[in-house]
Amino acid sequence: MTDPAKNYVEGATGPWEIVIGMEVHAQLQSQSKLFSGASTTFGAEPNSQVSFVDAAFPGMLPVINGKCIELAVRTGLGLKAEINLHSVFDRKNYFYPDLPSGYQISQFLQPVVGKGKLVIDLPDGSAREVGITRLHLEQDAGKSLHDQSPNLTFIDLNRSGVALMEIVSEPDLRSAEEAGAYLKKLRAIVRYLGTCDGNMEEGSMRADVNVSVRKPGQPFGTRCEIKNVNSIRFVQQAVEYESRRQIDIIEGGGKISQETRLFDTGKGVTRSMRSKEEAHDYRYFPDPDLLPLELDAAWVEELRRNLPELPDDKKARFISQYGLSPYDAGVLVAEQESAHFFETVAKGRDAKMVSNWITGDFFAALNKSGQSLQDFVIDAEKLGGLLDVIADGTVSNSLGKQVFAAMLESGKDAMAVIDEKGLRQVTDTGAIDKAIDAILAANADKLAEYRSGKDKLFGFFVGQVMKAMGGKANPAALNDLLRKKLAP
Amino acid sequence: MSLDNATVAKIARLARLRIDEAALAPMAKELNGILDFVAQLEQVDVTGVAPMTSTVAMKLRWRADEVTDGGNAEKVTQNAPNAESGFFTVPKVIE
Repeated sequence: MTDPAKNYVEGATGPWEIVIGMEVHAQLQSQSKLFSGASTTFGAEPNSQVSFVDAAFPGMLPVINGKCIELAVRTGLGLKAEINLHSVFDRKNYFYPDLPSGYQISQFLQPVVGKGKLVIDLPDGSAREVGITRLHLEQDAGKSLHDQSPNLTFIDLNRSGVALMEIVSEPDLRSAEEAGAYLKKLRAIVRYLGTCDGNMEEGSMRADVNVSVRKPGQPFGTRCEIKNVNSIRFVQQAVEYESRRQIDIIEGGGKISQETRLFDTGKGVTRSMRSKEEAHDYRYFPDPDLLPLELDAAWVEELRRNLPELPDDKKARFISQYGLSPYDAGVLVAEQESAHFFETVAKGRDAKMVSNWITGDFFAALNKSGQSLQDFVIDAEKLGGLLDVIADGTVSNSLGKQVFAAMLESGKDAMAVIDEKGLRQVTDTGAIDKAIDAILAANADKLAEYRSGKDKLFGFFVGQVMKAMGGKANPAALNDLLRKKLAP
Repeated sequence: MSLDNATVAKIARLARLRIDEAALAPMAKELNGILDFVAQLEQVDVTGVAPMTSTVAMKLRWRADEVTDGGNAEKVTQNAPNAESGFFTVPKVIE
């Protein structure tokens, strides 16, 4: 259990605790919409992926997409949540131009998935459990474009009716960092499960962030909801800004009014949305066009049996099977592809060395390239080849980094680079001996100092010999021989 | 059950219906008549009876995840009061 005090933020009147709950909308990875056969592909021509159901033409009836039910239940199982074998679709009524039917089909009192949990991984290597309140299925609305004309709003209904899961957390998060970790973990889980692509830039995942502040030990304060935040970084910035804003208001003698706010990504601030004339009154009622959603318990169990290994289990296995640190294991399992890449390279090799290389130089180079793991110039086989020649002493670890850099440039494998550049490590003691003699002869003064007790100069001699040999001397052999030569 | 004029005005606003001040009281009377009629059902003892969701014994039909519709932007927008370049257009909505 982490100490809650470490998350407190300081105000003029002492420490404050930030309380955050999240509602994440995640688009299900289905080909067609929740209640119609129109496509869900991103970026199509306006209104080209709209059925008469999505456009709410009179008399059109919704028919549910079985795949969407399966994906929602799989996600629920991945969140270790209760699956409700009986759930109900309701109409959530409100007027907006991009909602042609005047209601969104959602689930209100009886969602398909109930209470679950999610473990967040924090940068210090610790982990903490966060409660999931519920997960329900609902339709997305269309898209309004306000910038196409000075006096018109343009409406594209391609998104109208696309299947979303709304995943609601308990108000268990206590800092911007934890909010970010929550979203990261949730994204990793849905990607592992293949239920949502987690692509926040395309809007496949959006977060509504509920923020309030309180004095430690006091009841929850009044919350504000920051709508539709579309990146992990923005969620963190929004929490930082909003919590500070609330603390300043309360400490200035004011009161927080419950409201919906927007995060202005350009300025890094939250702004009140046009104040509502009246509180939302959605007048939910069961959708008479849809019968209750009944699930077969055996079918749910079948889905449970077929779940993939999820990030937490994989992380635990990486720690126990490969002896990795919790931090490194966490970095590797964050994406299914990188976990798989690690296991491919680690096969028959020193797992810790593999992990160090992947999380170090390899990821640094990969991120810099902006490429995906699949397209990257160094694949698992090439990286494995490099680690083999380091392990067997053909090149030292530091020369290995040079080889790696050359591999990045040329795309050639490690041995080809080594032969081309003549980087093969020298283990021939005769050659190393010769180099040592030359250095000692050229640095008689330093040799005398060393022998009179200045031990630190050992490193100087190692460096000089290594330099003279172009970095190719076997470090162990060099140390060994040098020590003998230096002995009085 | 009895709706007052203020509640009727609120429901009308939520439904985007314009009802003149003078029409509120007659509307409330009509609505209350309907509600009272339906309220007779409350006399039935339904203890232990599951809510009925359909008059016929059938289950929610699931369809396969296949793209079977779309590609009708013109048809979709042809009855719209206003459309432009494949979009519906409405008076500017300011957030």
